[in-house]
Amino acid sequence: MVSGGVSKFAKARPDATFQKMVKEAFDHALGDVPRLKTDRIDGSVASYFSDHFTRQLMAGIMATDYLGLCPKPNKRIEGGGATGGLCFQAAWESVASGRMNCCVAFGFETMSRVQTWKGNEFIALASDVNFDYPVGGFYSGYYAMMVNRHIHEFGTTLEQMAMVSVKNHGNACFNPYAQKRKRITVQDVRNAEMVAYPLTLLDICVMSDGAAVCILADEETAFQLTDRPVRITGVGTGTDMMRMADRPRGKVILAPNEKESDYRNLTYPGVHSFRAGRSAALQAYRMAGITDPLREIDFVELHDAYTSSEIQTYEDLALCRYGGGGRFIEEGHPFLPRIDYGMKLKKKGTIPVNPSGGLIACGHPVGATGLMQAVFAFWQIQGTIGRHFGSGELQLKKAERGLIHSHAGTGTYVTVSILERGW
Amino acid sequence: MSKKRARLTKPTAQHRDPGLEEVMTGTTVFNVPFPADLSTLKGMSPLVIRFPYSVEYLHSYGQDSPFFAGLANRKLLGTRCGPCQYTYATPRLHCPACGRETDWTELPQQGRVHTFTTCYYGSEEFLKETPFHLILVEFDGVDTLLLARLIGVSGPEEIRIEMKVKAKFRRNSQLKTTDVYFVPA
Ligand SMILES: [Zn+2]
Repeated sequence: MVSGGVSKFAKARPDATFQKMVKEAFDHALGDVPRLKTDRIDGSVASYFSDHFTRQLMAGIMATDYLGLCPKPNKRIEGGGATGGLCFQAAWESVASGRMNCCVAFGFETMSRVQTWKGNEFIALASDVNFDYPVGGFYSGYYAMMVNRHIHEFGTTLEQMAMVSVKNHGNACFNPYAQKRKRITVQDVRNAEMVAYPLTLLDICVMSDGAAVCILADEETAFQLTDRPVRITGVGTGTDMMRMADRPRGKVILAPNEKESDYRNLTYPGVHSFRAGRSAALQAYRMAGITDPLREIDFVELHDAYTSSEIQTYEDLALCRYGGGGRFIEEGHPFLPRIDYGMKLKKKGTIPVNPSGGLIACGHPVGATGLMQAVFAFWQIQGTIGRHFGSGELQLKKAERGLIHSHAGTGTYVTVSILERGW
Repeated sequence: MSKKRARLTKPTAQHRDPGLEEVMTGTTVFNVPFPADLSTLKGMSPLVIRFPYSVEYLHSYGQDSPFFAGLANRKLLGTRCGPCQYTYATPRLHCPACGRETDWTELPQQGRVHTFTTCYYGSEEFLKETPFHLILVEFDGVDTLLLARLIGVSGPEEIRIEMKVKAKFRRNSQLKTTDVYFVPA
């Protein structure tokens, strides 16, 4: 990866069409690699989730032509909430296969084009429309059911979930690209309006308008363009059955740092865990040679559409054992070491998770989200957070290897990619 | 256009300039302001228009149709893979484990809450029904779950995992999965 750019995520951007927002992110990315002229770009990949939000089919080509990337190759990648992560990997595939020396991944979503509750309906159409959607299709409801089972299996608490929100909102205070920048407390989260029990308004990410761009190149091209490229050393993609009701109840897929005796009485994945996330992580770890993720990864940008899913994802990524996600945040491990969150934390900063503020605070313009995570991770590894955010509070001291995680449906598509210092 | 040419094409009663008939349909704004100086146009606020959109589908349940016909007849149907000895509460005509075709089978009409939530908000289509309760139902001897509404409780504090529930059916079938719902047993 040689560069990245984002538009500021906002609740609504009526001043710009999706093409214009992509152009902002694209120019942002090009601005960081002045040696890259568009004639060196061999093609692009488009990431956007819902045709309903744009009310425009083939929106991908409209962004491609706006960027001036015709007649080069382009295609659209789609996989719900994981669209951005899948697109990032598609761009990596284009380069890794040798088809392109330089490929642009761009993503966007214009969710403000409909009212919030219509938007929720569009998102819920990404659940089985014969058996799930008609019952009361609502993703917050689905995630609430999953976390209620997680609570039942493992004793996860609502306060532990709220801590995720405190952390991610707190981090976003120092990220000018984030949509929501405010300091909150565990009490604020629990006192916020209930959306789907036990998830409150502050347990859930918000809809956004926004765009993000990543530029990937092979090693030779990369070093011609920048002195500080980031290497993609592992990719993994997992899937699971669309309907939660169909998920099997079998055995845990073990990470290298786990053993069968860790999980004697646990049926897996059920509806409490994301098998696709575990599968994606293990593929990426194998490829990157990671056997002890907690110690071998410096930071994580993961898909926290819900505070609960961040906790569930700690477990899928094997940062802790299944069932240990609640305690993992309570002890402070995923907090940033230098930020004051207004609470006492015993083991702060073992592995910062969502230093950018995540989806909960940055916003979730679906097609842009997975690419936004890659851009923030790229800046972390380059050590350029200070320059890009206007202040260095979120720059981690050690950020040589990061993990990005993109997640769709009720855990139906999940991608994990490992990014490392490449110079 | 020169004055001379303009005179030549002057409309007559029989022959007028072609043009659309002016109607009020769809017109929402009159006299849209516009600057004399085009260089100020980039500062113009964006124009946002309403655009309604509705579609009527002829939606086929295909191979899952017997499930809905069952609900209309107060029967709860799942499917079973004999070789795998695996029963699907939410039906699927093919077993993903072995690829074989499954057989229709009647499910028990009593089950337990596997997990639950109460939705205070929802998608636009269901907003008017809030708050409503969603449960995943588990049945004895059945390997997968069924998503349904729980009726007859007032809030999440009245629902617990493992609680017994029984199926009820709408008298007037809508041929939707909501033709079956559950109440505390
Ligand atoms: Zn079978």
